[in-house]
Amino acid sequence: MKLRLTFTVNGEPAEALVDPDKTLLEVLREDLQLTGTKHGCELGECGACAVLVDGQPLLSCLVVSHECQGRSVVTVEGLTVDGRLHPLQECFADLGASQCGYCTPGILIAAKALLDREPHPTRDLIREALSGNLCRCTGYQQILDAVEAAIVRPGHASARDGRGGQS
Amino acid sequence: MRLPSYRYRAPKTVEDAASWLAESPGDTMLLAGGTDLIPNMKRRQQVPATVIGLRGIAALSRLDTREGTDIGAGVTLTTLVRDERIRSKYQGLWQSAAQIATPLLRNMGTIGGNICLDTRCTYYDQSFEWRQAINFCMKKDGETCWVATSSDRCLAVSSTDAAPALMALGATVRLVSALGTRDLALGGLYANDGMSYLTRRPDEILTTVHLPEPAGWRSTYWKLRRRGSFDFPVASVAAAARFDGDRIIEARIVLGAVASCPLDVPAAGTRLAGQVLTDDLIAAVADDAYALAKPMDNTDFELVWRKKTVRSLVASALRELRGDDMREARVRLARHPLLVVS
Repeated sequence: MKLRLTFTVNGEPAEALVDPDKTLLEVLREDLQLTGTKHGCELGECGACAVLVDGQPLLSCLVVSHECQGRSVVTVEGLTVDGRLHPLQECFADLGASQCGYCTPGILIAAKALLDREPHPTRDLIREALSGNLCRCTGYQQILDAVEAAIVRPGHASARDGRGGQS
Repeated sequence: MRLPSYRYRAPKTVEDAASWLAESPGDTMLLAGGTDLIPNMKRRQQVPATVIGLRGIAALSRLDTREGTDIGAGVTLTTLVRDERIRSKYQGLWQSAAQIATPLLRNMGTIGGNICLDTRCTYYDQSFEWRQAINFCMKKDGETCWVATSSDRCLAVSSTDAAPALMALGATVRLVSALGTRDLALGGLYANDGMSYLTRRPDEILTTVHLPEPAGWRSTYWKLRRRGSFDFPVASVAAAARFDGDRIIEARIVLGAVASCPLDVPAAGTRLAGQVLTDDLIAAVADDAYALAKPMDNTDFELVWRKKTVRSLVASALRELRGDDMREARVRLARHPLLVVS
């Protein structure tokens, strides 16, 4: 029997009739066509599938669909507001922090969660906050540089969960 | 990799959870953060017919520091490491929790889940197809322990970081079932068997971890892993001691990841009682721990070397308890400072 899932996705109410054995990652990608969130290791080791759930970055490959009922999910698609990129996205683009791009959505989500809690993190703290996100292309330097650049970039856009926005 | 089919139930109270678990304890499993169970289900290592999701039970998420400290089993590792009372009163627990996995996983994983963490092994933590190719192992679907083929028991390694730290601090745990409640010392929850590593009955739910007031106690946790940022332990040491000035009144040392359960080192407690921590005493206690550690070839790194590292981890732990500045040594071991986003 299908599961009727009612929750909030990127600030808007969402409803889907899903296979109850699916993870949140599979629901987002297959039932809601939000393919920005990536399928990586599927075992909680790579961070590619990170999304915000009630404001906290979680690994959507480990969240069962039953436990999403009534919760608020923000995916990488939700970082853009009215067609304008989030400062983190701008900095990633400007500084070449994305190469193949597969890890980027998860890293953007983890970085946004960090800046929401700590608007002026040190480089060590950024490194710690992103320690669960693996990148096999860039070697991390540009990624760390881009998050640092976003700290001081004016006009920090808010994600649509109403929690974002600083500096 | 898809999850197998399962029935999901979400109780609101511990009582409901216990009575639903009692209906069919043999093929029901408890889901808290999901960071251990969900990957295991995907790899078909654990295939419960029913999953009882505990996240809706508010009582399991309480953290109460009024008399000693009661940590609900559902308290996330992030909540724990962000709690200033935990950090200041139980440094060893804080250090252990801060070194579990990554911030993303700590947002999900719970203290109860880490205590009950499935034992791990090179021959077990693999996809179904990989395990099928070696005709499986004793722990799941097979008969042979590939770590030591003559072994009559599973040699999978205990990989919990929190349990050694909690045991060193004298933790007790509460188990609740439809038949009643029992409290036991955390060490009593474990057995040195990779398959039956918990003495928890299948119908019992771990609900609370209790820590006594830490007056006079200092504690620490040292962990060796491949990647300093993100890995299960391959050897670890938790040490706690109650001091009167420079003199130790009582002490406990517990080793992690060198057996199928956290390993108490009773000789260390005996040797340390009433003593001042000299370099010679530290070396003798490190030898006690070294003699007891029995790592097997079931995880990362070479096992003889892993055993040797126990000696230096114990020495580092005791030096930190003595008050030596060990920050540089920690950075050398982990290759980055130990910090968390508060």
